[in-house]
Amino acid sequence: MSSETLTRPRAEAPRVGGPGAKPRLRGQIASQAFLIIASVLWILPILFALYVAVRPYSDTRKYGYVSMPHHLTFQNFRDAWSQSDMAHFFWNSVLITVPAVVIVLALASGVAFVLVRVNVKVNVALLILFTAGNLLPQQVIITPLYRIYLKIPLPHFLADSGLMYNSIFGLIVVNVSFQLGFCVFVLSNYMRSIPGEMYEAALVDGAGLWTRFWRLTVPLCRPALAALATLLTTWIYNDFFWAITLMSSGDKRPVTSALANLQGQFVSNQNLIAAAAMIAAIPTLVVYLCLQRQFIAGLSLGSSKG
Amino acid sequence: MSATSQGRTPAAVSDKPEDSTSPARRRRRRLRTMTVRDRIVVAVLLGIPLLLDLAFVWFPAIGTVLLSFTKWNGVGSLHEKTCQPNMPSILNNGCWYGVQNYHQAATIYPEFWPAVRHNLLWLAVFVVIATPLGMLFAVLLDRGLRGTRVYQSLLFLPVMLSLALIGIIWEFVYSQNYGLINTVIGRNGNSNAIDWLGNPHLNLWAVLLEATWRQAGYVMILYLAGLKAVDPTLREAAMMDGANPWQTFWRVIFPVMKPINIVIMVVTVIESLRAFDLVYITNKGINGLELLSVLVTSNIVGETQRVGFGSALGVVLLVISLVPITIFLYQAFRREDTP
Repeated sequence: MSSETLTRPRAEAPRVGGPGAKPRLRGQIASQAFLIIASVLWILPILFALYVAVRPYSDTRKYGYVSMPHHLTFQNFRDAWSQSDMAHFFWNSVLITVPAVVIVLALASGVAFVLVRVNVKVNVALLILFTAGNLLPQQVIITPLYRIYLKIPLPHFLADSGLMYNSIFGLIVVNVSFQLGFCVFVLSNYMRSIPGEMYEAALVDGAGLWTRFWRLTVPLCRPALAALATLLTTWIYNDFFWAITLMSSGDKRPVTSALANLQGQFVSNQNLIAAAAMIAAIPTLVVYLCLQRQFIAGLSLGSSKG
Repeated sequence: MSATSQGRTPAAVSDKPEDSTSPARRRRRRLRTMTVRDRIVVAVLLGIPLLLDLAFVWFPAIGTVLLSFTKWNGVGSLHEKTCQPNMPSILNNGCWYGVQNYHQAATIYPEFWPAVRHNLLWLAVFVVIATPLGMLFAVLLDRGLRGTRVYQSLLFLPVMLSLALIGIIWEFVYSQNYGLINTVIGRNGNSNAIDWLGNPHLNLWAVLLEATWRQAGYVMILYLAGLKAVDPTLREAAMMDGANPWQTFWRVIFPVMKPINIVIMVVTVIESLRAFDLVYITNKGINGLELLSVLVTSNIVGETQRVGFGSALGVVLLVISLVPITIFLYQAFRREDTP
């Protein structure tokens, strides 16, 4: 990118045309090299864990983790799955994540709609209330929350502990309450961009408030809802703190926090831990790979307005 | 707030085109005359989430502040009596303690200042290393080089993994006897092995490397989203005026990215204050890895149960985090303050 580049031959068509666009071969090579090195460094720990996971325990015990492969096997994945009851913990994650995501999106779109489309006098204050709540560190609210959870009884069809504490229902509630802020913020920004004329037209047609919300606003917000659903799924699935503080070390925990227990259980067989970790990572990776574009759009949805 | 934002809200105008003329007022009046059914809908749509947010976020937040002035072990009831000095804890339980918890934290609690230092160090590493690195990734990716999508996917991959999982994955890299690093540098014998995660002088740096590994990808994606929103004609105009890429970025692109820069700043501070999962999964957050978040947790959940004291630590965390939260809210909502 120095003056030397002026004398370099034009190698590739520059992205931006025009007289100011100089061929920047050296810059491009340097960028490529930097990105390749960074990408390799970034993927290395994951690949290494994967490598540990596909090698038999006897091999790594004999030669160490960092050694040539003698055998490769999927047995660790099978063993991790069967010996640690991972199916059960996965099911817990599903039971928490799916309802939580659906409820957050439903509630948040309602709030955002009211704040943006109905002239509630205090709407900015309410928006700030919701948004700020999501930015608090979780540890700031955990003390009373833990106490509240120990105090609130639940009927037995909701929780066999009979309490909010140590119940899947309680974990859904806390995730919903905490994530509401972010979704209200994003959705209200999105809804504000829907032209007011559409609502005028709906009003003329005699649509009530509920119709304007459910039949008009929610369908128009589908892209934002899809992006948020992706984000929320990964966040709630990956939650660790609520699960370890609001659940006693029991079999109700979701898979991410259950892994911490597995670590103790398999302490002598690191290959099994690696395999279990890889299995636990699969859902978010699948979500990411399938919805990558939407996911990134979702992030920009939340941030571009900020 | 509104006075400062009056003059500079061109974006708000385009957001609300209906604000400019009288039909808007007419429409608003019509909205105000809601039917009973509409009122019920508003009450339900707003009421339930508001109740949840107040009950499970804001009430606990206020509760933490109140509890921080008490001495309580979590058993028995709270009362209004002031704590008696020199009385056994059991008899004093649940009393009003004033600022004693804060005083104790700052003076005699051995883990407090190390935890504050570690939090500051965490923040410093995020500000000095992770954020610029993420921005660099984003700027390079934004240039549309070959393979951009692959690089982007790989660099962003860690953000999709839970921090707990990241802790587990990196243990194979750091493991004392068989880990990747020690083997590569030839220190995997039992005598000269480096205990990356156990040595209190090293482990914070080791964990910070894991945190940076993830945070850089996070910053990258936020910044990339911001860069995509920059008007391309700005860049072309700068090029036309003879600016080189370096000048174009710092004089043109970076200033117009102010909103995203603030978001990243806020995310950086909040993520460094929230840090918990990595150190907890690595060694429960002790032995050189103390953080404020860990101290709060260990005081209120588990065996010790010093609820008042743990709450005081939580309030310290709250006060620090209110700074970036306020900045973010000011930035995000000043436009909407105009009538």
